[in-house]
Amino acid sequence: MSVILVFLLVIAGFAGWWLSHQRLTAKPWLEQGLAGDFVGFDRSALPTAKIGLGVFLAVVGCLFSLFTSAYFMRMGLPDWQPLPLPRLLWLNTGVLVLSSVALQCAVVAARKGQIDNVRLGLATAGLTTLAFLVGQLMAWRQLTADGYLLASNPANSFFYLITGMHGLHILGGLIGLGRTSTGAWSGARPERLRLSVELCAMYWHFLLFVWLCIFALLAGWAATFIDICRQLLT
Amino acid sequence: MVDVTPADAVPPAEVGEVELYHPHSWWTKYVFSQDAKVIAVQYAATATAIGLVALVLSWLMRLQLGFPGTFDFITPEAYYQFITVHGMIMVIYLLTALFLGGFGNYLIPLMVGARDMVFPYVNMLSYWIYLLAVLVLVSSFFAPGGPTGAGWTLYPPQAIMSGTPGGQDWGIILMLSSLILFIVGFTMGGLNYVVTVLQGRTRGMTLMRLPLTVWGIFTATVMALLAFPALFVACVMMLLDRVLGTSFFMPAIVEMGTQLQHNGGSPILFQHLFWFFGHPEVYIVALPAFGIVSDLISTHARKNIFGYRMMVWAIIAIGALSFVVWAHHMYVSGMNPYFGFFFATTTLIIAVPTAIKVYNWVLTLWRGDIHLTIPMLFALAFIVTFVNGGLTGLFLGNVVVDVPLSDTMFVVAHFHMVMGVAPILVIFGAIYHWYPKVTGRMLDETLGRFHFWVTFVGAYLIFFPMHYLGLMGVPRRYAELTDMTIMTDSARHLNSFISIMAFIVGFAQMVFLFNLIWSIRHGREAGGNPWRATTLEWQTPQTPPAHGNFGKELPIVYRWAYDYSVPGAKEDFIPQNVPGDFAPSREPA
Repeated sequence: MSVILVFLLVIAGFAGWWLSHQRLTAKPWLEQGLAGDFVGFDRSALPTAKIGLGVFLAVVGCLFSLFTSAYFMRMGLPDWQPLPLPRLLWLNTGVLVLSSVALQCAVVAARKGQIDNVRLGLATAGLTTLAFLVGQLMAWRQLTADGYLLASNPANSFFYLITGMHGLHILGGLIGLGRTSTGAWSGARPERLRLSVELCAMYWHFLLFVWLCIFALLAGWAATFIDICRQLLT
Repeated sequence: MVDVTPADAVPPAEVGEVELYHPHSWWTKYVFSQDAKVIAVQYAATATAIGLVALVLSWLMRLQLGFPGTFDFITPEAYYQFITVHGMIMVIYLLTALFLGGFGNYLIPLMVGARDMVFPYVNMLSYWIYLLAVLVLVSSFFAPGGPTGAGWTLYPPQAIMSGTPGGQDWGIILMLSSLILFIVGFTMGGLNYVVTVLQGRTRGMTLMRLPLTVWGIFTATVMALLAFPALFVACVMMLLDRVLGTSFFMPAIVEMGTQLQHNGGSPILFQHLFWFFGHPEVYIVALPAFGIVSDLISTHARKNIFGYRMMVWAIIAIGALSFVVWAHHMYVSGMNPYFGFFFATTTLIIAVPTAIKVYNWVLTLWRGDIHLTIPMLFALAFIVTFVNGGLTGLFLGNVVVDVPLSDTMFVVAHFHMVMGVAPILVIFGAIYHWYPKVTGRMLDETLGRFHFWVTFVGAYLIFFPMHYLGLMGVPRRYAELTDMTIMTDSARHLNSFISIMAFIVGFAQMVFLFNLIWSIRHGREAGGNPWRATTLEWQTPQTPPAHGNFGKELPIVYRWAYDYSVPGAKEDFIPQNVPGDFAPSREPA
């Protein structure tokens, strides 16, 4: 459970930092009126949708940390036999990085108001993301063809479970991307379009980060890394 | 004293008006509504309906325990199904949904001075997915083999084996799917509650001016958003074990002479995941109750809450600490003694902020102008009950005491006192308190007092004897105990007595339901602010509040939520949106 505790520690640190800016030591029973020093303590200047997405990503992060925790606990049991990762995953990773980069380009273009480049970025991101999902499915098929079935070993079960869960999140993101693209082609208000492109980019970057962590985990580097840390500590 | 600046000297930190969704037809106004108030009532009605199912199940269990062997239709399998579904409904589909989905939806926008939740469409989806989860749960009663009988903790391996009712039928599959749906739906609602408190607050409503109800619901929602994923992970993995034959939790097992295909899984892994959700869940239910009770006591004792800052800090501290105590539910799982020592320590530490809250409630009452209204009666009953349940928690939090008591009725008595009776008393108090705002009419006073006394005294007559049974060694989780030597005459008579009390208390709830429905039309007109309370929900131009809550202009907040009996003020309360320079209220020490 150490992974999820570390994750929660990060969340707690963030929450603590935020709370420390909220004047929790104020004595509200003494303060009446709209005293000047309250201004700025009301709400964040960030758009509400971004904060909402941020909170949601914290929940998603929590979910994947828990899967990772379970992975490490199950891994220690004797019947664990790691499976060889298909080479295809490297290509998929590259494709996912591409889609993230494309969305970042779309964000830059949206800030400059270049609608054509926004459309180009969105389309590239959509296509590369679809390619990533197809690639993941092909990796699954390759593994099953080689006899690494879902139920035959816990390492296999976790591989399918975690990659599947990540894929589902990407699929959900595609709905958002689809709505943004509809807006980009049917002429949504520029500031609104900019916000939705930024939200998509934020989600994609986060899922790319999650994927890199998962990849490291499934490839066994994460376990090696933790072993090294443990040896350094003891 | 901080210098008080008159309102007009402040540069307006303008609150952008939210684009409010306006309903166009009866369907979008009352059924597929995006208005948080309607969604709140929908949540509350659904939770109450499924709660009635849980009530009936508890009656059936008490029939069996009180009069064993009398009722043929209650087989041991059926008894386990009753236990499981009763526990699951009460903890998740009733308490969590009612506190966060019901009170959260109704009170957060009104109390922080918002027109609605920040993502109304997602909020609506949240309710409909919750309803779907409830329907899936109910459908398991009609599935072949009936609902699961694995106990509300659903421990593997027994949960998915053929010896457990529903283990190899549809029961467990529907249960796990229903939980997964609930979590998805809750996450959608939870995002709304959190972000509305962060971003929806009206001008002048700083965090330290929020009523404690909002603090409680806000912190509980943050915890729920971080804790429910653990249950989600556990459910998904168990579903794969059951349906696709993986071995996340299932060890190698021989059942009826056949070797199952599972191999090498870890049931303890499930327990860790489950309780990583399960313990915060206790406080997810308790923190909203803490917050609501603080407001009830302050309003009905006409006195500012004692130690507001300490109350807020305690809520935050409890929220954080509750994530590092989970393994105290697992003392008997054979874990490392040092591990147990660590969790016993954190468990005792979490009693400190909780005790601070209890002291502050009592000190708020001290020399208050106590009105023994029905909400106040329920609030007082909560304090007593919570202290009772909390004290037995100190017993069970210690490894050496927990090990012999863990499988006895003592545990049943403990968690029903602290997590069942106590929060439900708050729910009742809160309904009597806010019903006039929701419907515009008061609940009937006589029926209310009858309901309170029967529920309060009855609950004690049910659960106090259970502690005694537990200390005698009467085990929990057994459908029938007649032949055991510990079942002396006194223990058996006590069991029958508990059962009869359970029927009486259950009957009192029917009176309450009747009151709820009857008063919608026939209750006394309440007016906008019957309790003369300070918080914003009582200052709306219409009662019940109209779509958009506050009419043309959002209220501006000039003071905290607890200006009761301020010396020098005309009335004994000053609403939060009233400007003006009164002498500061008495400062809590």
